[in-house]
Order: sequence, then C-alpha cells, then structure tokens
Amino acid sequence: MHDQVFIGNEWHESCSGRKIPVYNPTTEKLLCEVEEADSDDVDKAVRSARAAFQMGSPWRSMDASDRGHLLNRLADLVERDRLLLATLEALNCGKVFLVAYFVDLMATIKTLRYYSGWADKIHGKTIPVDGEYFTYTRHEPIGVCGQIIPWNFPLMMFVWKIAPALCCGNTVVIKPAEQTPLSALHMAALIKEAGFPPGVVNVLPGYGQTAGCAISHHMDIDKVAFTGSTAVGKLIQKAAGESNLKRVTLELGGKNPNIVFADCDLEYAVEQAHSGLFFNQGQCCLAGSRVFVEEPIYEEFVRRSVEKARSKVLGNPLLPGVDQGPQINQKQFNKIMELIESGKREGATLECGGSPGGQQGLFIQPTVFSNVRDHMRIAKEEIFGPVQQIMCFRSISEVIERANATQYGLAAGVFTNDINKALTVSSALQAGMVWVNCYNAMSIQCPFGGFKMSGNGRELGEYALQEYTEIKAVTIRISQKSS
Amino acid sequence: MLEVRLKLRMTHTCTSIFINNEWQDSVSGKVFPVYNPATGEQICEVQEADKADVDKAVQAARLAFSLGSVWRRMDASERGRLLSKLADLVERDSVYLATIESLDSGKPFLPTLFVDLQGTIKTLRYFAGYADKIHGTSIPMDGEYLTFTRYEPIGVCGQIVPWNFPLMMTAWKLGPALACGNTVVLKPAEETPLTCLYMAALIKEAGFPPGVINILPGFGPTAGAAIASHMGIDKVAFTGSTEVGKLIQEAAGKSNLKRVTLELGGKNPNIIFADADLDLAVEEAHQGVFFNAGQCCTAGSRVYVEEPIYDEFVRRSVERAKRRIVGSPFDPMTEQGPQVRKHQSRVLEFIQIGITEGAKLECGGKALGLKGFFIEPTVFSNVRDDMRIAREEIFGPVQQIMKFKTIDEVIERANNSDYGLVAAVFTKDISKAMTISTAMQAGTVWINCFNALSTQCPFGGYKMSGNGREMGENGLKEYSEVKTITIKMVAKNS
Repeated sequence: MHDQVFIGNEWHESCSGRKIPVYNPTTEKLLCEVEEADSDDVDKAVRSARAAFQMGSPWRSMDASDRGHLLNRLADLVERDRLLLATLEALNCGKVFLVAYFVDLMATIKTLRYYSGWADKIHGKTIPVDGEYFTYTRHEPIGVCGQIIPWNFPLMMFVWKIAPALCCGNTVVIKPAEQTPLSALHMAALIKEAGFPPGVVNVLPGYGQTAGCAISHHMDIDKVAFTGSTAVGKLIQKAAGESNLKRVTLELGGKNPNIVFADCDLEYAVEQAHSGLFFNQGQCCLAGSRVFVEEPIYEEFVRRSVEKARSKVLGNPLLPGVDQGPQINQKQFNKIMELIESGKREGATLECGGSPGGQQGLFIQPTVFSNVRDHMRIAKEEIFGPVQQIMCFRSISEVIERANATQYGLAAGVFTNDINKALTVSSALQAGMVWVNCYNAMSIQCPFGGFKMSGNGRELGEYALQEYTEIKAVTIRISQKSS
Repeated sequence: MLEVRLKLRMTHTCTSIFINNEWQDSVSGKVFPVYNPATGEQICEVQEADKADVDKAVQAARLAFSLGSVWRRMDASERGRLLSKLADLVERDSVYLATIESLDSGKPFLPTLFVDLQGTIKTLRYFAGYADKIHGTSIPMDGEYLTFTRYEPIGVCGQIVPWNFPLMMTAWKLGPALACGNTVVLKPAEETPLTCLYMAALIKEAGFPPGVINILPGFGPTAGAAIASHMGIDKVAFTGSTEVGKLIQEAAGKSNLKRVTLELGGKNPNIIFADADLDLAVEEAHQGVFFNAGQCCTAGSRVYVEEPIYDEFVRRSVERAKRRIVGSPFDPMTEQGPQVRKHQSRVLEFIQIGITEGAKLECGGKALGLKGFFIEPTVFSNVRDDMRIAREEIFGPVQQIMKFKTIDEVIERANNSDYGLVAAVFTKDISKAMTISTAMQAGTVWINCFNALSTQCPFGGYKMSGNGREMGENGLKEYSEVKTITIKMVAKNS
C-alpha cells in the first residue's frame, strides 16, 4: 500500500511530519497511516504542476493523441489491478465488494477510456469575422487544476476529475478525502507506471480545512473542482473570489425527488426507488430521498417499500450475500441518527428501521418514513444515509411545485407510462439529470451536474471538456479576405 | 529467402473470401494471381469474388444490420472497444503486415512499417474513441414540440479501396463506418489484396460479430461494379482514379441513389516563392512528388517556382533526384521501390509524351533493371501548363517544374485544373501564406510542409478530385443518416 505524498512522480514525506490515520469502517480498526499534506506540500505540488505545464514541456509539446494514449494505458493498468483496487475500496469505505468490483471499477475503467478518446478531438473553430481578418480559436488547457474529491466513491471520483483534466492537457493537484486516500495513492503509482511525465498529476492526501483550503486559496492554481457538501462548496467559491478568481466547478449535495404516478409499473417503481435511495448505504449525492407517490397507490407503495427495506442484509462488505455495509465514520453516523430522531420527533411515521444495525458501531438499519411532510427536516436536509422518505401527492402541478421547492437541484426521477406526464414533468423539474422510468441510470457519455445549490458546471460527456478548457481567439490580419 | 518463408505462412484462410466471419471460396470457383512487383513473380492465388459473392456478402451485412441484431443493440462504447482491440492486434502483427504489404505492393519496408502501419493503427484508435461521442441535438423548434435528432448508421456500406496504400486505406474506410455502427462489404484492389485479407482474420479475432465486415477480393469491372450498382447497398465509398469515380457515381444514380463519397486523383500544385527556405522547399517538393514511387493522390506533381530562384531550384531538385536510391523494398537503404505491375508502362508512356511535347528531360526517364517494374526518378523542367504531363495525373516518379512571376498568375495557373485535392505553398511571408491558402481550390493546403496528414484532419477533394471528407470529425458525417424525431408536448417551456 502506498502511504506518502505523490509529487513530481516521486513519493515524499509530508513537510510537517504529520500523518493521517486511515480506518476500516466495518471493523473501526486502523488500516494504516498516510502522510498528511498541508499548505507547504500544496505549494510544492503546485510548483511541480506549474513546471510540467510550461510551454515546451514534454506534456505541452506532446501530440494530443499521445495524451489519449497515456489515459488508455492507465485504463489498462486499472483493469490489471481491478481486484486489488476493488478490495481497497471495500476495506477503506465499507462498500459492498461485489458492487465495488462491478460498478465502481467498471465506471472507473470506462471513464478513462472515454476521455482517452476525446484527447485529439477537442476542436476550436475558424470564424468569419467582419473585416479583413482570419480568425480561429484554440481550446487550450486552463493550467494547474486543483481537485478535491469525496469519500463516497473515492476511486471513481478520482478518475472523473483527472480524466477530463488530463485529456484537455492540464496538470493536476488532487486531494483525496482524508477518510479514503488509499485507492488514490495506488492510482498515483499507476500514473507513474503508465508514463505520465512528472508533475502532471500530484496526489496529496490531507484534510479539507488545511490542504483543501490551501488549494482553494492558492494564487497559482488556475481552477478548482470540488465534489462534496454544499456547505463546503460555498467556502470554495468564496475562497476563489478572495484569491485569484480561479475558475470553479462544484458537484454538491442533493435532496432528489422521485415522482411515482399511479399509472407506473408499480413493482418496478418500488424497486428503482429503493435502490435509488439505499445504494452505497445512502451515501450518494443522487439519492432519491424524497419519494413522491400519487395518492391512489400510496399505501401499497409504502407497504412494498418497507418489505424491501426489511429484506436487506447488513454485514461485512467483503462477504458475498451482504447488501449493505457500514456508514463511513462516526461523524456521519451521528448526523444520520440525529436526523432519524428528528423525523420521529416531528411526527413522520417510522415504518421500519430507525436504529443502529446489530453489529459493531457504524451500521444503521435500512429506515423508511411515511407520512412525511415537506417542512420536516428529513424532507429538507440531505441525510446521506439509508433513510427513505415517502410522501403523498394528488396532482401533477402540485408535485412539480413541491419537487422544485428546494435549494438543491441535482437529479430527479419520474415513473409513469404516460408520454405526456413524462415530458411535462421532465421539462419542468429544476434538476441537472432527470430519469424517466429509471433511476441512477448513469453513463460516462452523459453530462452530470446540478441546478441551483447542487453545484455548477457539468462533469462527464463532452460537456466536461468545456470546464477544463480556456478559449483563445487568434486573429490574423490578411490583405484580402474571401468567403 | 524472406519471401519463401512468408509464402509458407500464407494459409488457405487469408487468400479466400471473408463473409460472416467465415472463409469461403468464390461462387464461380475462379481465382486470380497476386504478384510481387519487385521481382515480377507470383506470390499466390486468391479467390476471385464476383457479383454472386457480392450478393452473399450484402445478405450477411444486411442481416448483421437488422434491428435487434447484436451489432445494432451493442453499446456504442463497445463498438469503440472492438475497434481498439483491432488496433491492438494490428500493432501486435505490425512487422508481419508491413512485410506482406511490401511484398505485395513494392512499398519500401521501413516506410511501410513506420508510416503505413502507424497510420493504420492511429486511424483505428482515433475512430475507436469517437464511437460513443456521436451526438445528435435537441432543438428548440417552433410549436408545442420536443424535437431531437438521432445520428443513425446508414446501413450496408460498400467500400472499394486502392492499391497504393492498401492497409491504410482499409483502415480509413473501416474506422468511421464501424464507429458509426454500419456494416461493410469491402473490396481491396486486385493488385494488393493480401494485407486486407489478413485484417479479416484480425477482425474475427477482435470479436466483431459475423456479417459486420465482409471482405471480397476481386476486380473493379466485376465485383466493384456489382457493389456500385447493388440495390441492397446503402452507400458506396471509393478511393481510386477519377475515371472510375465517375462510373461509380453513375452507377449509384442508375441503381438506388445510394450515398456516394469519392477520393479521386490529383494534379497538385506546390508553389515555391523566392523567400522560401530553399533547402526545405527542394526536399519537401522532392518527397512530395516521389513518395511511394509517385503513387499518391497527393503527389505534388506541378511544382511552381518563382522566377528568381527557378534555375537553382531545378539544379538542386535534379541533384536530389539523381541521389534517390531505387531498389528492393527490403533493402533498408532503398527510398523507392517498383511501380505496381500494370502501371509501369503507363508512366513510361507519359514520360515519352513529355519529351515529345518539348519539356526538358533533366534526369531519369527510363525503366530500371531487368526484373520488376522499376522506373528512374525523372525530372522535367520548362514545362508548360498546356502539356499533358502538366494536366494529367501520371502516378509515377515524375516531377514537373514550372516557372512563375506573380502571385496572381500562380494562383490562376494552380487552380486551372479539374482536380482539387491538395496544394502547398513555401514562403516565409505570412501574407503570401494566408492569401494562397485562402485562394487554392483544394481540400488540404500545406504551408511550409507537404504530405502532413493526420487522422484528426478532414481530407478530401474539391472539384473532380472527389466529394466528401474522410478522417477527423467530418469523416463521421459521411457514415451517418440523420433522423429528426418530433414529439407533441402538452405545453412547451424554454
């Protein structure tokens, strides 16, 4: 296991000498310690990334197709080490191993391959301007990009960040979450093995308040990309304004509505709503945590959802047959339990769960609340745990208004067989992704991101390229133009 | 010695017709010989496809394209994975493929390995990357509608490739067609079918479903004509002579209005100003016309040199041509191999015409050696625009050097051609460079370079050098059919 700071393709001890303890949330035991990066380490990394970005450097003078080639090689190496990486994710995050292997690792490999294909297809334009000029645009890399990623999908988030950035020719200083640095550090080793020049990717495990803060305030970082909570996202945007107006993209929280009409395929809707909330122990920005069900099918929907929740098997994520692992740490555990208590106090009906899981400390029973009213905390705040809220609605205009009555706007689901309802609702919802008769249907070709306080900018698909590109227009005087 | 060992490796499989991932004999039972142009000797015999075989192939390709088939239902990214795997396999077998290509076409081995094979691999990888990035649009239409476009594959594509870059032209055709989800019936040139047939084996190994790619070695007037006029083929793509390109377009019109893209000949102007870097210009002009023994549609076969440097340019070009090493493709010192079998006499004929028309033969002009189809690097000066050697595509190692005085004059003379494939200009002056490149009626214009091609850039001709573009994002358009879908909305909002 790699446990140091990765700068300039070399492993370093932290400047401060401090280390971060890394835990296995299933056992709550210490897995290892890794070097803790702080602002001095960030300075070192930025210097390395800046040098790698200089005009004439190997990275700047490389064919775009060769950048793609390196990303493809990295995908090959992740594929080679798939078992190891899936095990690290399961150990470090409490993710169910088979899910880590088949979902997280598959998405990781596909993301790298997808962006490897884009590298030499990033086109500027030639433009017919007024006057005797020849004008074209160059789509240049922005420069040194700071990237701060969360603990819920550590490896997948790592490549969602580095792949488009590198594809466009940037250099990167990336800080994995302090809870989950291990897969990122293994990736650093693979990046070196793949042949990326030194300084192109630098990996700095550290805390948000120190290393993360240093990144968002740094005067020589040209762009910061953050995935995490809305609260911290606001700090990052502030910091960018206070420092050098670095470009900012944010992927933040969600309180995502999942709207189920009476004319849907009921069993399928129950199942999709269930997995849409409980996936990854509920620790997803996309969690469909407000399930709006049309009145005629409400009771039946609740009954079937509770049955599904009760059938989930909690346990050691490395073992087959386990559906749900532990929450990531005590802090998250406490927050989820506090919100569950508020649900009980505020008068929602606790249908099942609501208590810690049988085993050691960090497990929480799959929990379902019905008769939830929109003003309750569990209906407004992001829980980030295995807690499903089911509300009742009567009319289409009512549910659209209620679904949109939130500062968030990341994703939404609609279950109906009626084409008009589907198109009307999907057009009306203030959400970056709307799923019709499905949930969590994600693919790397498709843009991902939020309206309102769920973030700004888009990741994945061709759209991500815009966020990692700086446009330069070049205008050349010519003696006589022709169309 | 090398040739003998290779002959033993040519099994029955890579000399037959490839349909539905299976090797088959021709329906007629006919075979045709394939020659080594460096020695004139026969390498092997290959099954000869004709109309009946084309019918079988189209049937297989149509089935592979039907709604609900494995190919139609596959994730786009998975089509990309298959192309990427094919690129890996070509890379794995690149020395073998370069050897077969040299043997079959007379191309010198080292350039074949470093240019043709690299070009082939890069093309396949480039289009592998595009497969899941072919986007339609959603459109704010007038009225209460939700409208979007789908970029669908066209269907069964007939592809006819030439003998000058057999393997690379195969990749140029397959890459975009498969990235977009089409199925293919491809006919390699009868002079050079071997590397294309070996690719068929790699296509099967890569895991493409049966019927997606079918390879039919055969002759133009039979198999090629059957493809161009087939009622069950949705599009035909052809690279070759302008003369045959016209027949293909005619056949498309007569049959089912299949979509047509053509990459045809060129008589490409290379304009050298007095302020050019002279050494660079001489060398680039030399390689620009003599590369691949002059057998390039991009050959810079009309070199226009500004008067002040004309004599010096001719002197240096002749000296360079005399230094060009002609020999066996497998000799590492060789710069120029033989012509392809049936074209040597045509080139020699053109040289005689040039002499008769009064151009000055500066060097070369004759066939070389007793075996094989070699021709001396040949330079003509004092060429007038009305001479046949200045107007017609020679497709051999023959350089024409003309004199010009003014920029307006040379623009007019350069454009005075039915062709319009490429052009080049050598100058240090930014205004001259911009003016010439804007004015040239050519699909590609090079400034201070020649033959600078790469898979990311669209390539194709103005006028009778063809229509449509290959390579780059533009290549995808030619292999897509656009469908607009409009859905009534109860109430639209922006």
